[in-house]
Amino acid sequence: MAAAHAHGHKVKRYSGLMDWLTTVDHKKIGILYFIAGFFFFLIGGLEAIIIRIQLLKPMNDVVAGDTFNELITMHGTTMIFLAAMPLLFALMNAVIPLQIGARDVAFPFLNSLGFWTFFFGGVLLNLSWFAGAVPDAGWTSYVPLAGPIYNSGHGVDYYVLGLQIAGIGTLLGGINFMATIINMRAPGLTFMRLPMFTWAIFITSALIVFAFPALTVGLVALMFDRLFNANFFDVANGGNGVLWEHIFWVFGHPEVYILILPAFGIISEVVSTFSRKRLFGYSSMVFATVLIAFLGFMVWAHHMFTTGLGPVANGLFSIATMLIAVPTGVKIFNWLFTLWGGSIRFTTANLFAIGFIPTFVMGGVTGVMLASAPADYQYHDTYFVVAHFHYVIVGGLILGIFAGLHYWWPKMFGRILNETLGKITFWTFFIGFHLTFFVQHFLGLLGMPRRVYTYLGGQGYDDMNFISTIGAILMGIGTIVFLINIFVTWAKPRNASNDPWEDGRSLEWTIPSPPPEYNFKQTPLVRGYDAWWKEKMEGKTAMTPAEPVGSIHMPSPSILPFIMSVGLFIAGFGFMYDQLIVAGVGLAITLGCMVVRSLVDDHGFHIEPEEQDKGVQA
Amino acid sequence: MKRLLPLLTGLVLLLTACGREDLSTLNPQGPVAEKQFELMKLSIGIMALVVVVVFAICIYVLIRFRRKQGDKAIPEQVEGNHKLEVIWTVIPIVLLLILGVPTIQQVFGLAKDYSKDKDAVQVKVTAHQYWWEFEYTDYGITTAQDLIVPTGKKISFELVAADVKHSFWIPSIGGKMDTNPGSTNRMFLEFPKEGVFRGKCAELCGPSHALMDFKAKAVSQESFDRWVAAMKAPAVMPADAELAEKFTSQCLSCHAVGENGGNSAPNLTGIGGRETVGGFLFNDEGGGVEQHLNDWITDPQGIKKGAMMPGAEDTGLTEEEIAGIAKYLAEYKLDY
Repeated sequence: MAAAHAHGHKVKRYSGLMDWLTTVDHKKIGILYFIAGFFFFLIGGLEAIIIRIQLLKPMNDVVAGDTFNELITMHGTTMIFLAAMPLLFALMNAVIPLQIGARDVAFPFLNSLGFWTFFFGGVLLNLSWFAGAVPDAGWTSYVPLAGPIYNSGHGVDYYVLGLQIAGIGTLLGGINFMATIINMRAPGLTFMRLPMFTWAIFITSALIVFAFPALTVGLVALMFDRLFNANFFDVANGGNGVLWEHIFWVFGHPEVYILILPAFGIISEVVSTFSRKRLFGYSSMVFATVLIAFLGFMVWAHHMFTTGLGPVANGLFSIATMLIAVPTGVKIFNWLFTLWGGSIRFTTANLFAIGFIPTFVMGGVTGVMLASAPADYQYHDTYFVVAHFHYVIVGGLILGIFAGLHYWWPKMFGRILNETLGKITFWTFFIGFHLTFFVQHFLGLLGMPRRVYTYLGGQGYDDMNFISTIGAILMGIGTIVFLINIFVTWAKPRNASNDPWEDGRSLEWTIPSPPPEYNFKQTPLVRGYDAWWKEKMEGKTAMTPAEPVGSIHMPSPSILPFIMSVGLFIAGFGFMYDQLIVAGVGLAITLGCMVVRSLVDDHGFHIEPEEQDKGVQA
Repeated sequence: MKRLLPLLTGLVLLLTACGREDLSTLNPQGPVAEKQFELMKLSIGIMALVVVVVFAICIYVLIRFRRKQGDKAIPEQVEGNHKLEVIWTVIPIVLLLILGVPTIQQVFGLAKDYSKDKDAVQVKVTAHQYWWEFEYTDYGITTAQDLIVPTGKKISFELVAADVKHSFWIPSIGGKMDTNPGSTNRMFLEFPKEGVFRGKCAELCGPSHALMDFKAKAVSQESFDRWVAAMKAPAVMPADAELAEKFTSQCLSCHAVGENGGNSAPNLTGIGGRETVGGFLFNDEGGGVEQHLNDWITDPQGIKKGAMMPGAEDTGLTEEEIAGIAKYLAEYKLDY
């Protein structure tokens, strides 16, 4: 009956800029996430280059200590929340519905809202540079340094409100993808047939749903301390600063896995495709992912070994942390044995994936070293830690993202990225990365604390810091080559086939590149793991459809998510500068949009079979 | 495997005695840092083994299983291998046990509390933006920036912060411990050898975090006793009465020498004999202690941004007065 009713609605489409502002199509939202995420990646990268130039030689004075603290804070915050996560969301949006044979995510409107809140949160945070009040207490914003007494300007307010607004987007995304993967799988696509990337995103979404509320609560408490003179963290009034550390890391450690699990998923897909082999030990891979996610919630206090929690806590958290190495090791060896006996093709995507494996192992083993609390008393807050987490996040996650982008680029944009430029990107970035961060392990061991804006000469730090800076510049060059590659490829015709790598294994390779807005003309029937590979091996050229050709129900585009996010953006400024009327107006805009959304029925529209044949492109 | 072991031993040996004796965690100068270095060597050894194995498999696979041009062959689709999977689950668990047991031992070993030990020297460390205050509670004396300790005794530290969170770290003597506002942490260190060791703040605490260094000077017990006595002796004031008055009114409202003055800024008793001015201007380098003091009193903000001390513009001290105070302080040395 509902369907009959909905048939009456006419097709709604916008074009040009309005199309991008109103889209609820997961593929377009993926592209928006990519553009915004990559933009912030460039900003964060620029900050990193300035940091490295300042540390080029002892007692350098390119930037002063206070500016340096702003740079490290914004570099960390931008890279984690505004670059890494959105780039992952870009791939999630571009790929997950396709991999599970769905026509969109479970909540398309929410998807759009998630993007725009992230975007405006990120813009708010970065406007701090123009307001001259930049967060400077580190991406961890430990109190009291980030509290109202020792940080009386608006800097940390930008951090608190920007992340709060951006965090809404992340949380919405987590809920959305969890619901999507549970509910929208094609017939026959049982959980133990899901592609590894989908599994990784499913677990990641669960982590987001459980971890981000902790950050939200922490940020609210800090915001109340800063804006309304509350005393959550103010020791003089009965608050507790260590409480912030707990709240932050209860979120912060799962966040590390929120970042790395999708990369694990990407690597599993890429390695399997380009070695023409089924993923080795699929079920143990799934189990390992679940176990890592579970243990990820049990280890937060290993960031606080020197806080003084006592030997019992330090001992327990040491052992719990070490345990994570076991499922992670399982994954590493499974990848190696996926390659073993395969027919390995060295595309750019696969170079990044293969580069990931040894690099991530190096980041992993230093993680185990850090897990040993008494040794961590030496490593903690030194360049050893800086090296460790950059090995995990850049060497792990960013290499994974590059692998994923090169791999799925034809599916997202219909063009294969230039392989020669791609390989230049890989080698400059990869070599630059190791140059930058390998020596930093030793800097830490030789006694150089992290977050120092300068260092005295003659302490044995000079040469290694110089090497590190050279490496950072190489990474910058690699990134620029990638940017050039994007534009060069853009100028080429859209000619990627359905399965451009020819060895595709999952459902996204059964439909055109880029897919039509409804993705699958007919929902496919999945008959096993590696659904498309299975069909190909049986000599089929297409999936077996699970339904007849028919009219396809689509969600309507909407400008409301954009306006709601603008409302929150305005409210953020209002709270920050104590203009409660402005804050009220902002919140009223957002709430008003919610009322409109609730009261006005929108049943979407249908794409009829005749129109499908015309080939509606995303 | 047999060929790997010497390689790994070599690697660990390479690490030993790396870096400055007074600064590097790889060149430990006390039992606490030594125990931590033992754990570091053990974990580096185990982890190097893991890395070597993974790299070896990885390189072999990449060479052996390259796709030849135009090769259309489909490799065998292997689902998995239970035996292999058990192996790479069990071996890491064993390796972690090897690392986990000494970890737990040391976690408890290094957490021993010597605060009630009569033989230990009790030092209360208060971290300030951006300087260190050392109060010897058993002797009733307070100093700053240079931590003087006797060799051969346990030094029991009580760590607190006066403003934001800092972290107390002397890399070649032992690992760090945070100073948390509102609560007290305890740790102990031992200094078996005489010498000066570099200490650092290891927690971001503001714009001059990088400059929040201090020195730990280990001296013999006799020398330490003489130092304590000298610290307790009546303060030496500037000989010139006018300068003494200026010094009292302008400096001693916050600083102290001997029994005179306030306690919101570093104690200046015997500052002329310290290793540094401001924690990082080494007195055996540059213009020496008098020049450093002169520069510091003139413009502390220029040297250490965010320091609480007002510069000459605010104190109203003339160049002459500053020179006089710097000279007096530079000559204020304790004999120990």
